Amino acid sequence: MLEKTGIPEAGKVKNSLPSKERLKEGPVAVFECFTEIPCDPCYYSCSIGAIKEFEDINDLPELDFAACTGCGKCIANCPGLAIFVLDYNYSEEEGVVRIPYEYSPLPEEGEKVQALDRSGEVVGEARVEKVQNSKSQDKTAIIWLAMPREQILTVRNFKRGED
Amino acid sequence: MKKCDLAIVGGGPAGLAAAIKAHELGLKDIYLLERDNFLGGQLVKQTHQFFGSHKQFAGTRGIDIAEIFKEKLAKREEIKVLKGAVAQGYYEDDVLGYSYNNSFYKLKPKRTILATGASEKMLAFPNNDLPGIYGAGAVQTLMNQYGIIPGEDILMVGAGNIGLIVAYQLLQAGVKVKAVIEATGSIGGYAVHASKIRRAGIPILTNHTIREAKGKEEVEGAVIQELDDDWQLVAGTARELAVDTICLAVGLTPKVDLAIQAGCQMAYVAELGGDVPVRDDCLQTSNPRVYIAGDSAGIEEATAAILEGELAAINVAQDILSDRKELIAEDKTTREKLKALRKGPVGEHVRKGLNKVRRNEDAGKDRYSRSWKG
Repeated sequence: MLEKTGIPEAGKVKNSLPSKERLKEGPVAVFECFTEIPCDPCYYSCSIGAIKEFEDINDLPELDFAACTGCGKCIANCPGLAIFVLDYNYSEEEGVVRIPYEYSPLPEEGEKVQALDRSGEVVGEARVEKVQNSKSQDKTAIIWLAMPREQILTVRNFKRGED
Repeated sequence: MKKCDLAIVGGGPAGLAAAIKAHELGLKDIYLLERDNFLGGQLVKQTHQFFGSHKQFAGTRGIDIAEIFKEKLAKREEIKVLKGAVAQGYYEDDVLGYSYNNSFYKLKPKRTILATGASEKMLAFPNNDLPGIYGAGAVQTLMNQYGIIPGEDILMVGAGNIGLIVAYQLLQAGVKVKAVIEATGSIGGYAVHASKIRRAGIPILTNHTIREAKGKEEVEGAVIQELDDDWQLVAGTARELAVDTICLAVGLTPKVDLAIQAGCQMAYVAELGGDVPVRDDCLQTSNPRVYIAGDSAGIEEATAAILEGELAAINVAQDILSDRKELIAEDKTTREKLKALRKGPVGEHVRKGLNKVRRNEDAGKDRYSRSWKG
């Protein structure tokens, strides 16, 4: 249970996802923000208005999956690091999860890493496809992790090899 | 003895916001006393992005908020900012005494805003005085201000926001966090903070307490044990974790010594972290010359502290300045912002606490028998 372990329940996660059809259409953001807290920067970060305006600052964010282009601007703007972008059809074989990442040093593009699920368990291997770390991200890097596409619903973190 | 319009004690988020707002509204003769040799209070240790409203710094890191305030303050040269000035006492004749550069000074302000913040609570367990046991604030000071890690393997006690955030910062610094334990049945801090460290593989153990610290000269381990729903130890569940550091994040309590000296009516309000001055909606205490803002008024977070600092400043300006029209509107919008911030489920305990300290004659009478001034 989320409030006992920090791991969101499968039902909660499922409700936060877009439809399978939408996933296949192209990159899309998912918000793993399950408890009401006073916080609204995501709304202001979305330049296409896909996030519903907050009536009460404590509301949970609501994303219009149809409008979302998966640009990922919201990822580094979430103080809770709770937004990910899923790209089911990144290539013929692979999907990509874009993950907010605040550890240094940053991984190298092309690096093989261990893919972790929401409880920090290793669930497979992934490849660092891209590292975004522009000034506007204010030190929250975004790591594009490529993996077998079925895993993009599971993987939310990664572990680098011990050096 | 110098006189002034407004003295602000504490240069954290509440005090800084109060000083800037008071000057912006037209008060010229302002003293800001800060005990440390730097401004910003706890903000200077907060490397994470803040929550709250986009219009009030949400999405900005605490360390950067401190810089924004310092820049704003630097432009207002009339404000007398005294770093390294320790308020020593508030006397019966409303004189504030402080030490500064090895001398003692007296100041008689027309109004004082107390923004003295909070101190950390301690936890009683065997060997809790061993070197290697820190409060979360000390760990943040070491790591985030001075770049020193407190140890290699750490146990975090307390899963409120501070425990979760500091555990995350320890991970960022390369320290191994063995576990975050929490005596209650649920994580007190924001779920997103918990999920962030959980997906890094850190177990968060609710219904767990620390039994004792192990070690002779320094911490060599920690014994933790499960608690049942009646807070009783569950037999056979004790186990030892090999750690060299134990970090306590078990809550804060408001620093109210000056308020007590100023004769402010006090009340014990668990929801606000302990003894706090009774105050009205403008943050004026029962001593009409003294206002309270930020964590010293009740434990909350920095966004609320900033808004409270501004609210106190607006009301001090109303007391002192003659032209009030603009101030009334500003007072209203600031209160509305605070209300919106506290509206949700996480603001519930604060709302409950605040209801107990609205100025009324009986607040706190069960605990304090002395007669009140003002």
